Amino acid sequence: MSATPRIRLRGLRKAFGAKQVLDGVDLDVVAGHSTVVLGGSGSGKSVTIKCILGLLSPDEGLIEVDGQDVTRMSRAERAALLDRTGMLFQNGALFDSLPVWENVCFKLLAQKRVTRAQARDVAAEALAQVGLAATVGELSPAELSGGMQKRVALARAIAARPDIIFFDEPTTGLDPIMGAVIDGLIVDCVRRLGATALSITHDMASARRIGDTAAMIHKGRIVWSGPAETLGHTGNAMVDQFANGEREGPIQMELRR
Amino acid sequence: MTAALDLVALLGRTVLGLLRALGQVSLFAAEALSHLVRPPFFLRQFARHFVEIAYFSLPVVALTALFTGMVLALQSYVGFARFNAESAIASVVVLSVTRELGPVLAGLMVAGRIGAAMAAEIGTMRVTDQIDALTTLSTDPMKYLVAPRLLAGTLALPLLVLIADILGVMGGFLVGVLKLGFVPQTFLSNAWDILQPMDVISGLVKAAVFGFVIALMGCWCGYASRGGAQGVGQATTRAVVAASILILAFDYLLTAAFFS
Ligand SMILES: Nc1ncnc2c1ncn2[C@@H]1O[C@H](COP(=O)(O)OP(=O)(O)OP(=O)(O)O)[C@@H](O)[C@H]1O
Ligand SMILES: [Mg+2]
Repeated sequence: MSATPRIRLRGLRKAFGAKQVLDGVDLDVVAGHSTVVLGGSGSGKSVTIKCILGLLSPDEGLIEVDGQDVTRMSRAERAALLDRTGMLFQNGALFDSLPVWENVCFKLLAQKRVTRAQARDVAAEALAQVGLAATVGELSPAELSGGMQKRVALARAIAARPDIIFFDEPTTGLDPIMGAVIDGLIVDCVRRLGATALSITHDMASARRIGDTAAMIHKGRIVWSGPAETLGHTGNAMVDQFANGEREGPIQMELRR
Repeated sequence: MTAALDLVALLGRTVLGLLRALGQVSLFAAEALSHLVRPPFFLRQFARHFVEIAYFSLPVVALTALFTGMVLALQSYVGFARFNAESAIASVVVLSVTRELGPVLAGLMVAGRIGAAMAAEIGTMRVTDQIDALTTLSTDPMKYLVAPRLLAGTLALPLLVLIADILGVMGGFLVGVLKLGFVPQTFLSNAWDILQPMDVISGLVKAAVFGFVIALMGCWCGYASRGGAQGVGQATTRAVVAASILILAFDYLLTAAFFS
C-alpha cells in the first residue's frame, strides 16, 4: 500500500446552524482503489464529498488530496486539482440550457481538448458507454427521464478521464440491469484507467460490486471501514443491520410510533 | 425609553445590513469585471444574452417609448396652450425623451424582463447544484455566468435606448402632426434646434449604467439564492425591486453629474 493515501480526512467537522452534520470524520481513500461510503439518509455523505471538492468549507479538520491541504490551496492549485477530478452529483445537475452532447463534453470543451465539431462524436461515444443512443445527444436534459439524466450526468463526470472520481449515488433511479452496467463502468474506470473513486451508495449489491473498501458514516463519524465484500457479515452490528436492511438493531430510526 | 432604543437599534441594524450588502455586491461586481479582461472569454454566452436583451426586449421598449412620446405631446399641449406656448411642445418631447424618459423607462422595463429572468435562471442553477457542477467542470461560474451577462447588459441597453429615443420623438411627432395640427417641418426643426449632442449622450451613458445595474442585481440575487423554488422566487423579486430602485437613484446622481 502506498504511503500517502490519495484522499485523507481527519477530524472533519461541519455544522449547518445548530445542526452538527459532520462531527469528526476520519477517512482514507487509497490511490487506485474504489471506496464506497454507506450511511443513512441525511447522515452527511454528500456534504463530505462537497467539502473535499471545496464546494463547502468545513468548520474544522484536515482534508488532504495527494498530501496537499485542500483548504489552504491557492486558486490555481485548486483549479489544477479540479481539472483532474470528476463528480457525479446526486441530482445530476445537468445544465438545462445546453443540449446533452454539450453537457457531456463540457469539461473537454472548457479545457480545449476537443473542438465543437468533434464534440458530438465524442459525446456519442460517451453516451454509448452508459447505454444511451447517439440521438439522445441532441435532446435537452429536461426531455430525459430521471434515470437517463443520471446516466448523462455519469457520462459527463467521466468523459474527461479524471483520475479522482466522486459518484454520489450513481445507480439510484436505475433499473437493476442498467445499475449493473453502470457498476461495471465504474469498476472499469478504476481498474482499467487507474482512477481513484469515492462512491456513495445505498445499494448493497452495487457496493459489493464497485467497492474495494467500504466505510460507514453514522452520526457524523465513520463508525466502520473494511473490505467491501464482507458487507452484510462484518461483525459490526451497526453495519450489518444497515447492509441487511433490518429494522431492529443498534441504529434507531427517529420515528414516532 | 426602551422603545426609542429599540428603534435606534433597528435603524443601526438596517444600516449595517445595507452596508454589508453594498460591500458584498461591490466585491461580486469587481470579481466579475476582472474576468472580462482575463481569458478565456465566453463569446457564445455573451451573444446569447446580448440578443436576449437587445432584440427580444425591443417590442416592449419600443411600445413604451412610442406611447410615452405620444402622451408627452398631448399633455404638454393641454398645459402650453394656456400660455400660447405650443411651439415648446417639440422641445419638451425631445428633451424629456432623450435625457430622462427613454433611459429610465427602458431601464425599468428591462429590469422587469431581464433582471427577473437572470435571477431565476442563476437561482435555479444554484439550488440544483449546477453552479457547483460548473466548478467541478473546470469552469469558473463568475466567468461563465456573470461576466458575459454584465457585459451584455451594459452594451445592449444603450442600443435599446437609442431606438427608444427615436420612437419616443416619433410618437410625439405623430400626435403633434395628426392630432394637434402642427406643420411637420416646424415640429421637426423645433425639435432639432433644441437638441444638443449631450442630451443624447447623457441618456446613453445612463442606459449603460442601468444595464450594468440590472444584470448585476439579477446575477447577484440569483447567485445568493438558497432553498429551492421559494428561494428562487424571492431572489427574482429582490432582483427586480433592487434594480428598479437603483435605476431611479442612479438616474438622479447621473443627472446631477451631467447637468449641474
Ligand atoms: N446547504 C445546506 N444547508 C443546510 N443544511 C444542509 C445543507 N446541505 C446539507 N444539509 C444538511 O446536512 C445533512 C446531511 O446532508 P447530506 O446531503 O450530506 O445527506 P446524505 O448523507 O447525502 O443523504 P442522502 O443519502 O439522503 O443523500 C442533512 O441533514 C441536511 O439537512
Ligand atoms: Mg446525498
